[in-house]
Amino acid sequence: MAKLKIALYWAASCGGCDIATLAIGEKILKLAEAADIVFWPVGIDFKYADVEKMPDKSIDACLFNGAIRTSENEHIAKLLRAKSKIMIAYGSCAYEGCIPGLSNFYNRQMTFECVYIETPSTDNPEKIFPQTKVKVPEGELEIPEFYDTVKTLAQTVDVDYFVPGCPPEEKTTWLALEALIEGKLPPKGTVISHSIKAVCDECPRKKEEKRIKKFYRPYEIIPDPEKCLLEQGLLCYGIATRGGCGALCPQANMPCTGCYGPVEGVVDQGAHFLSALSSIIDSNDPEEIQRIIEDIPDPAGTFYRYSLPDSLLRRARIK
Amino acid sequence: MDNFEPKIVAFCCNWCSYAGADLAGTSRMQYPSAIRIIRVMCSGRVSPFLVLKALSVGADGVLILGCHPGDCHYIEGNYKTLRRIPLLKKMLKQFGIEEERVRLEWVSASEGAKFAEVTSNFTQAIKNLGPSSLGPSKQNSQEARHG
Repeated sequence: MAKLKIALYWAASCGGCDIATLAIGEKILKLAEAADIVFWPVGIDFKYADVEKMPDKSIDACLFNGAIRTSENEHIAKLLRAKSKIMIAYGSCAYEGCIPGLSNFYNRQMTFECVYIETPSTDNPEKIFPQTKVKVPEGELEIPEFYDTVKTLAQTVDVDYFVPGCPPEEKTTWLALEALIEGKLPPKGTVISHSIKAVCDECPRKKEEKRIKKFYRPYEIIPDPEKCLLEQGLLCYGIATRGGCGALCPQANMPCTGCYGPVEGVVDQGAHFLSALSSIIDSNDPEEIQRIIEDIPDPAGTFYRYSLPDSLLRRARIK
Repeated sequence: MDNFEPKIVAFCCNWCSYAGADLAGTSRMQYPSAIRIIRVMCSGRVSPFLVLKALSVGADGVLILGCHPGDCHYIEGNYKTLRRIPLLKKMLKQFGIEEERVRLEWVSASEGAKFAEVTSNFTQAIKNLGPSSLGPSKQNSQEARHG
C-alpha cells in the first residue's frame, strides 16, 4: 500500500499542538511506517511555494492547528484545504478559537495599543504599529494583515474532523491518527475523542449534592483531594466539557478549565456552563445571589476561555 | 429612531405567565405587538443559551416571565432562573450588550394586567435603548468593518 501523505500546519497558536503530535511517543514510528510528512513548518523545511505546486487533493490528511487571525492563516488554510483530501482541525484553537480567540473581546486597534504601546517592556515613543505594506529603499515590503476578529478553522474552510484539547492528549491524538492510518474514519464532522460525555463521567472524585454559597479561585483554598471540586466552590468546568482527557486536571487538584470543548450535541459551551453553574447557587434571595456571583470576576472570559470565536455571540461588541 | 419597532422575544412559563398573557388577551387588554411569545413549560427551562440565541439572531430584547417565587409548578424551576439571570447579565455587559435587553419578571395566571404592564414597560425601555447591535446582518457588518 502506498504511504499516506500528511501535512501539519500551525496558524494562530502557541506551538503546543505541534509538541502534542510528538507526545504520542514511540507510536511515532508506526506513523512514520504508514505516512510521509510532506509539509510541517515547525519541523521540516518546506516552503509555501512547494505546497502550491502540489496537485489538488494530493495530500491525504492535513492536521491543522491554530485559529485564523491573519490573512496568512486564512490563505494557508484555503491552500491546504484545496490540496488535502481530509482536513482535521487539530486542537482547541483550530476547533473553537481557544486562547487566541479571547482577543475577540477587543478589536485590532485595542490589541495593537496593548501590545505595541501599553506593555511595560515596550519602548515605542513614535507609536509605530505594524503596516501591511511599507516602502524601504530596496522596494515594497508586505506582511500579512492582522484581522479584527479571530475565527475558527471551520468558519474559514470546510473541516472534516475535529480533535479537541489544549493541547489534545496523547491518546486523543493517537485515536485520530490510528483511524487515519487504518482507514477507519468516523462520519464527517465527528469530534474525535474517547468520550462523548462530560469530564465528570471519568473523574474519580466523590460527587454529592451541589450547593454553593461561595465561589473560590484556585489560589484561595487548598481543596479536599477526594471531594468534587465544584462542590468545594471552585469553578470546575467538567460538567460542561467533553471527556476523553481522563479528567487529568481534577486529579491533580486543579479545576477543569474546559479545553475539550462542549459535550456531544451542545452548541455554545459557555452558555451551558453558565446555566449549570448558576443553577447550583445555594440561595433564593436576589441580594445574596448577587453577592455570590461577585466571586466570579470574569464570567465571560471564564466561560468562553476556549470557545469564544465558536460561540453564538462570537465576539464582543465594541462601541 | 422614532419609527423603530423592536423585536422582543418573551419566554412565558406554561403554568403562570402564559395563562397571564391569555387572561390579558381574553380581557381585551392592550399590549405591544413587538412581543413574540414563546411558551415554555417552566421559566427554569429557559437556558441562557436560548437567551443568547434569541439575541444573536436579532432580538432587540428578551423577556423571561415565570411564576412568582414559591409558586413554581415544578417547585424550584423559577429559583434556578432567578440565579441564572444575574450572572447572564453580568456576562452580557462584558460582551458589550446592554444588560437592560434581558429582563426577568414574575407574572401569575391571574395577573393579566401585570402582563400588559410589564410588556409595555419593557417595550418602551427597548425603544429607548434603540436597536440591538446583534443579529445576522449586523454581525456581519461589524466583522466586515473590523476586517
